[in-house]
Amino acid sequence: MIEVVDGERCTSCDICVNVCPTNVFDKTDGIPVIARQGDCQTCFLCELYCPEDALYVSPFADQAQPIDLVALKQTDRMGSYRRAVGWTDETSERRGVDRSYLLFGH
Amino acid sequence: MPNPTHRAERVSAPEGSVAFEADVLVIGGGPAGTWAAVGAAERGARVVLADKGFCGTSGATAAAGTGVWYVDPDPALREAAMANREKMGGYLQDRRWMARVLDSTYQHSNRLADWGYPYPVDDRGRSQRNSLQGPEYMRLMRKRTKQAGVTILDHSPALELLVDDDGAVAGASGVRRQKQDRWTVRAKAVVIATGGCAFLSKTLGSNVLTGDGYLMAAEVGAEFSSMEFSNPYAISPAFGSVTKTLFYGWASFTYDDGSVVPGAASKGGRSAIARALLEGPVYARLDKADDEVRRHMRVSQPNFFLPFDRTGIDPFSDRFPVTLRLEGTVRGTGGLRIVDDSCATSVPGLYAAGDAAARELICGGFTGGGSHNAAWAMSSGAWAGQGAADYATQVGSAAGRKLSSAGTLAFRSRPRRAFAPAALTRAVQAEVFPYELNYFREASRLQGALGRLDAAWRDVSEADAAGASDIVQAREAAAMLATARWMYRSALARQESRGMHRRDDFPDQDSRQRHYVTTGGLDEIWTSARPHADASYAEAAE
Repeated sequence: MIEVVDGERCTSCDICVNVCPTNVFDKTDGIPVIARQGDCQTCFLCELYCPEDALYVSPFADQAQPIDLVALKQTDRMGSYRRAVGWTDETSERRGVDRSYLLFGH
Repeated sequence: MPNPTHRAERVSAPEGSVAFEADVLVIGGGPAGTWAAVGAAERGARVVLADKGFCGTSGATAAAGTGVWYVDPDPALREAAMANREKMGGYLQDRRWMARVLDSTYQHSNRLADWGYPYPVDDRGRSQRNSLQGPEYMRLMRKRTKQAGVTILDHSPALELLVDDDGAVAGASGVRRQKQDRWTVRAKAVVIATGGCAFLSKTLGSNVLTGDGYLMAAEVGAEFSSMEFSNPYAISPAFGSVTKTLFYGWASFTYDDGSVVPGAASKGGRSAIARALLEGPVYARLDKADDEVRRHMRVSQPNFFLPFDRTGIDPFSDRFPVTLRLEGTVRGTGGLRIVDDSCATSVPGLYAAGDAAARELICGGFTGGGSHNAAWAMSSGAWAGQGAADYATQVGSAAGRKLSSAGTLAFRSRPRRAFAPAALTRAVQAEVFPYELNYFREASRLQGALGRLDAAWRDVSEADAAGASDIVQAREAAAMLATARWMYRSALARQESRGMHRRDDFPDQDSRQRHYVTTGGLDEIWTSARPHADASYAEAAE
């Protein structure tokens, strides 16, 4: 489930509020808040769309998990999904690397 | 080229609401909904698309990667593609529909390439078009939908259909949940593209798929088909949401003590996993993947690895606990009954596309994953959009039509008892999640579950209208309850095992039951059998 909106990185663009398919976030006068964490379906799409790598979705789908943000930011996990699928300009060469056609029919 | 002046018109509405006049309203903004909206707009229709979440991230496709039933137009390849799955689907497919879906999918995929979808190129320089990355695909479909002149309403769950005095569907209304107001779209035709129903199981991307369109359609009298084919379960890490069953083809499955679960496999052995899970934890390890396969997996489906990378598990060398999450009619094949080539339903003015529609025509009683569903979403979406646009043209002027709202549960004032959506959802899940009820079916267990579900329906029929804060959840819960009852009533009616539907008390396929089960109704659920085209020809020849 979504666990982190990093106040240091977040620019209050509210993209996550718009794109979350299950309406988990609420806009505020400042940075968005996780208003309905229990509705999160752990699809990682908010992370994908966040241009600032300010969000972190924990892989635990059924329970909340305390996050040590300082330790987390020392890893490369925030934004790792968007880099892996070529969502950012710097990684766009990865957009056409789908090799599923070699795996089908197994 | 779409005519940009052909846009739905915003009209005046009472305070606290917005209203639009359109030719076609599409409910749902996943692959089927966006193809329907584009298809209708290209026919010159003024189109509104309303999505419960965000068109572009909503639905089972956006969060995942999906195979696509894309086959080159070589007669031998096409024949093999059709023959390949007939046995698995219990011989309920229809060859004519399979052929037209293969044609249509080929054309639509090639349009995606023209629109800039980054299909991979293989070592021999050929573009490979049998797989789509969900986020990229749906970002592109949102863009194309907007460019076609469609008005998109995001975060705007539809709650009920509007009908005219003759019972024809003429729009819908709902709420804009981020603006705390209501919307109404008066339209000459409506396409239901709300997806299937996965009962909030958290199978990847599916929690927006709660059967909302089924309930709305049933309230205007629509029929369903193949609802017994509604019990696929997908493998995921026990703690996580990512269900990429393909990759578990390289897994070995073990009990707590490390011994192998006999017969367990992703394909053709998932029931062994379900039986083992009834006894205790089951673990997987993708130890059959060599280095090359591992590399292909990493680049093809990066989100598959997020749950592992973020918990320090190496899925190729570490054992991790797995579970099976119910996918319901998202990867089942049941849904609204399609009555003609334009994907019309049995109700005038109402069309269905994608997972909201029955996929029996190309899948019979089984789908192994996205490939056929993705092909069906593109094809049925475009056909439904075009069909709805053509129907709207025939309707002509809709001025002065008197419309009424068709919603039932959660709209009626009943002072005695409040509507409790969360409790109702849990009660439905308790009847559809358990493997011993839904995966492995048997008459007395199905009857027990149906008795409890029918009682819940009677009970909630006496509940008060939901308030603004929980009307969406209340309608979702009601839709899941109705869906569970169509599923199990149909499962009781099919007294054999066929496709994904397995009955412990009727373990074999029965050649006399090569028919479709139709169902419908709300307070009283009915079922009936419809002959399969081939079976009725055979009978006529006798």
